[in-house]
Amino acid sequence: MTEPLLRLSGLTKAYPGVVANRGVSFDIRPGEIHALLGENGAGKSTLVKTIYGLVKPDEGRMAWRGAPFAPGKPSDARAAGVAMVFQHFSLFDALDVAENVALGMENPPPMGELAARIREVSDTYGLPLDPGRIVGDLSAGERQRVEIVRCLLQDPRLLIMDEPTSVLTPQEVEILFETLRKLRSEGTSILYISHKLEEIRALCEHATILRLGEVVATCDPREASAREMAEMMVGSALHRPARAAKAPGEVVLQLDGLTAASPRPFGTALKDVSVEVRAGEVLGIGGVAGNGQDELLLALSGEMRTAAEMVRLKGAPVGRLGPTARRRLGLLCAPEERNGHASAPDMSLTENALLTGGVRKGMIRKGFLDWGKARGFAEEVIRGFDVRTPGPGAAARSLSGGNLQKFVIGREILQAPQVLVVNQPTWGVDAAAAAAIRQALLDLAAGGAAVIVVSQDLDELMEISDRFAALNGGALSAPVPTGGLTVHRIGLMLGGAHDMEVAHVEA
Amino acid sequence: MLRLEKRPQPSRAWAWATPVLAVVLTMIAGGLLFAALGKDPVEAIRTIFWDPLFGQYASYSRPQLLVKAGPLILIAIGLSLGFRAGIWNIGAEGQYIVGALCAAAVGLAFYPSEARWVIFPLMIVAGALGGLLWAMIPGLLKVRFGTNEILVSLMLVYVAENVQSWMALGPLRNPEGMGFPGSRNLAQYPAAANPELIAGTGMHWGVVAALLAVIAAYVLLSRHLLGFHIRLTGESPRAAAFSGVNPGALILICMGASGALAGLAGMFEITGPSGRVSIDFNVGYGFTAIIVAFLGRLHPVGILLAGLLLALTYIGGEVASLTLRLPVAAIQLFQGMLLFFLLAVDVLTNYRVRRAREGTA
Amino acid sequence: MFGSIDPLLLLASLMVAATPIVFAAIGELVVERAGVLNLGVEGMMITGAVCGFIVAVQTGSPLLGFAGAAVGGAALSLLFAALTQYLLSNQVATGLALTLFGLGLASLLGQGWVGIRAPSVPDLPLGPLRDIPVLGPVLFRHDPMVYLGLLVCLGVWWFLNRTRGGLILRAVGDNHDAAHALGYRVVRVRVLAILFGGAMAGLGGAYLSLVRVPTWTDGITAGAGWIALAIVVFASWRPGRLVIGAYLFGGVAQLQLNLQAAGVRVPVEILSMSPYIATILVLVLLSAGRAPGCLGRSFHAAR
Repeated sequence: MTEPLLRLSGLTKAYPGVVANRGVSFDIRPGEIHALLGENGAGKSTLVKTIYGLVKPDEGRMAWRGAPFAPGKPSDARAAGVAMVFQHFSLFDALDVAENVALGMENPPPMGELAARIREVSDTYGLPLDPGRIVGDLSAGERQRVEIVRCLLQDPRLLIMDEPTSVLTPQEVEILFETLRKLRSEGTSILYISHKLEEIRALCEHATILRLGEVVATCDPREASAREMAEMMVGSALHRPARAAKAPGEVVLQLDGLTAASPRPFGTALKDVSVEVRAGEVLGIGGVAGNGQDELLLALSGEMRTAAEMVRLKGAPVGRLGPTARRRLGLLCAPEERNGHASAPDMSLTENALLTGGVRKGMIRKGFLDWGKARGFAEEVIRGFDVRTPGPGAAARSLSGGNLQKFVIGREILQAPQVLVVNQPTWGVDAAAAAAIRQALLDLAAGGAAVIVVSQDLDELMEISDRFAALNGGALSAPVPTGGLTVHRIGLMLGGAHDMEVAHVEA
Repeated sequence: MLRLEKRPQPSRAWAWATPVLAVVLTMIAGGLLFAALGKDPVEAIRTIFWDPLFGQYASYSRPQLLVKAGPLILIAIGLSLGFRAGIWNIGAEGQYIVGALCAAAVGLAFYPSEARWVIFPLMIVAGALGGLLWAMIPGLLKVRFGTNEILVSLMLVYVAENVQSWMALGPLRNPEGMGFPGSRNLAQYPAAANPELIAGTGMHWGVVAALLAVIAAYVLLSRHLLGFHIRLTGESPRAAAFSGVNPGALILICMGASGALAGLAGMFEITGPSGRVSIDFNVGYGFTAIIVAFLGRLHPVGILLAGLLLALTYIGGEVASLTLRLPVAAIQLFQGMLLFFLLAVDVLTNYRVRRAREGTA
Repeated sequence: MFGSIDPLLLLASLMVAATPIVFAAIGELVVERAGVLNLGVEGMMITGAVCGFIVAVQTGSPLLGFAGAAVGGAALSLLFAALTQYLLSNQVATGLALTLFGLGLASLLGQGWVGIRAPSVPDLPLGPLRDIPVLGPVLFRHDPMVYLGLLVCLGVWWFLNRTRGGLILRAVGDNHDAAHALGYRVVRVRVLAILFGGAMAGLGGAYLSLVRVPTWTDGITAGAGWIALAIVVFASWRPGRLVIGAYLFGGVAQLQLNLQAAGVRVPVEILSMSPYIATILVLVLLSAGRAPGCLGRSFHAAR
């Protein structure tokens, strides 16, 4: 057997209150695509940050081609030949593509030469990029290409990719895989981090599975089934949400030619979005990040006003109403960013219960607040949704991601909405909490409410929605029934491969 | 090496302890400063913090405590509402001046009528309205054009100071003043005067207004939806918008309230302690109130205490400049230092200091 | 009514009037491009003014005076850097504190220096250029600091747009989390930018006390630091526009002084408030740029 490219031995890293990695050991061989699997919070990020020199382990060693390897900073790791594509892009919106690439390199050539090399590499690997464009104007997929090109320009020996496919359509994922296979054939090792099992089965030849900071299993993903891997990852059998088939009721929410500019710099404008949602149904809206999801949520919650008739609730035009008025009428929302949008991080759960629950739960009388009722409602949410916290006095930011998400979703559901719109309801949430949230959404719909789930997780949408529509460049496709939809069809609805092309494989 | 680690939630104990710690540190640093100036540090600190209250001439200086604390608290309460919401009105000095000028103009227009029950309330309204309108300029510009309210409100202080000297030398000049600059003395015009209500205490209508403002702000912030919206906007503007706060309206309310309170402070000052519109009747309360607001942790009760403390440094500074020949500017420096130390130790409220195992990135 | 105002003299003195603002604003521009909002410009300026004045009078050398001013301004800015970058204090509040503190400090240091005249700063000997008709008196008969100010602006433009250091500084200001993830020292970059801003504000202040006035009086900066902050916004954080903005302001300031001297029948106070009103108008009407992405936000490297 060949000498491993990178050997991790007993890596341990503890943060106050949590051990992120405990005695993690495994090898990455030259020219292999190695999967690192684990739930949110399993310690994957800490581990790759250790390899990239951003985190110093408390214990343990690393060896690079047999020699001790302890990068003190990312530039040390880059010098050795480690490159990393971040999950939350390490890009600079206000700078252009070439400048962004230069910032990730040790000794970038002069700008003119660099632009030429960017064109060359992006051509070779099927990742078209214009070096002069401002990164803030690029789509999520294009932004990822910037990161990948930045890595490839350094001829890495090891490429780390952290959840790279969450911003790609299925077609784009296929093309990315071609690029990665080409890189492997050239001798580059890839550490591929994901929780999407089918992808790993399609791409990787070796998998290390982390749970709660420890390596719990290794396997060959081409031979293990997705179900086996999922159970190794979660540590127990998965609960699949149950749903009862039911005839949909009358139309409750109606979007009619909804068109609006984005209120944010580098946002996506909504273009003529029309759809009807009926009582008792779950409409899933898929799309790659940055295709207008945030704007759609703002237009529905009332944070962004539109022409009155563009949004109708039970026939009544509500496009001009603000969030409080819409809540009073029964249109509730839960935005994607739970910290700082759906909740105020430094405020208590009681205060956060008041944040949206004031009107429907009668916490406000003539402008004065009934704190007793607010606390009562917070306790109701905590109990009803199994939120793990010392009590309603705890600050929102002290909760884990999954618990805060349960609180945020529970807060809206317990207000008995007629329409509930949620964006990325299970993003960054552990499997048990995600299952509970999906079940709660289904129960809400079964109780007669209309539910819109906006998500980038296609599996989730297929699992819980009755009909599926796709957002692409701010426009919404016509919804189709979920039953019988193929991945290929969904991919085309999401915009297909956009302008990506297959890597010019010559090997 | 030490490193900071964010607390899961802000520490309540430190929130109360940091202002005290800041005062202690300021006294130590101030003592060193006074020593560097060749004064006995212990005596200087005692002269500033002890003598005005309990010293030989305390019977003269004690009433001054309320006289000086009144406007500081009144202005700081207004400012704290905006600061809590992330709206930075730092031009209270200008709103104070304009409020005073408006009130004086109304009062002088009625001179020499004796209808106090008409004139004094009208002057109160004029003072509040003047400050409010002056603060509306940065408020409206921010809402309409997104203009930075910090810069506009501050520029307007310089404009107000020029208006003030124009008024003192021109339209409001005392026609019987034999050509000297400055208006008639309002404190000696019974229908417009704001006298000491209880002899020997320094208590005047402005102090009453300040106490009412403390109570109102306390109720607003802890029990009212508007107060919740103010706090929410400061904590997280996006969450506030999601909750249904109209940011433009909130900016106008906070700017307006702080302007009106600053204008009121000016009104009570010009009709009482200061008495006349002169080219420099303002003594920087509008700026010191910023320190008061922060030192009081933007909390009404805290502001009440901080206002008294800062008033004490004003009086103590005057005493020290007379008895110890300590430069007046040293007190200004002292106040600035207080704010610095507060901001520095404030880190303890939100972060824990830990000893790090060497050099984590 | 403009009969008694010599337009050439006005243009020439405009460059002088603008110079303190040019220095203070270009320093703040670099600070803000690094993502830090330092509202203490006024305090650093006036500290620089008094330090420069004292050193210049003591040594008799204006050059040393300016050096002392830069050191004084930078020293004060170090306080701001320590508080905002290491103790993570709120930048707005800390900037205000810096201004209040600086005003008090300058006033204290300046006691006993009031009424003394600063050693004069000779013009830069530009030889034959001085005698070009029209252009000579307007452009080429100034002290070296006027030209240094313009050179600094040019240098900052070159640094920001043509060097790796400038690229890193802009990256830190645009997205400090991404810059950290790539291994750049966010805090170090910012501290250096803050020190540069302090030194430049100090130079601007010293230009007031050594050239423009040239004596020491309390409150000598009279809001110049705040105007510099406004000019940075007006300039959309670009050095070229910054020079234009500062000169525009210098023009208004100089014109109103000349009108006062000419005895125009408008109250003096109306004239002296005009620069501040002009600044507000410029802020409202002419600012359109996008601020650096992380402006005013504290950076704390969690995990």
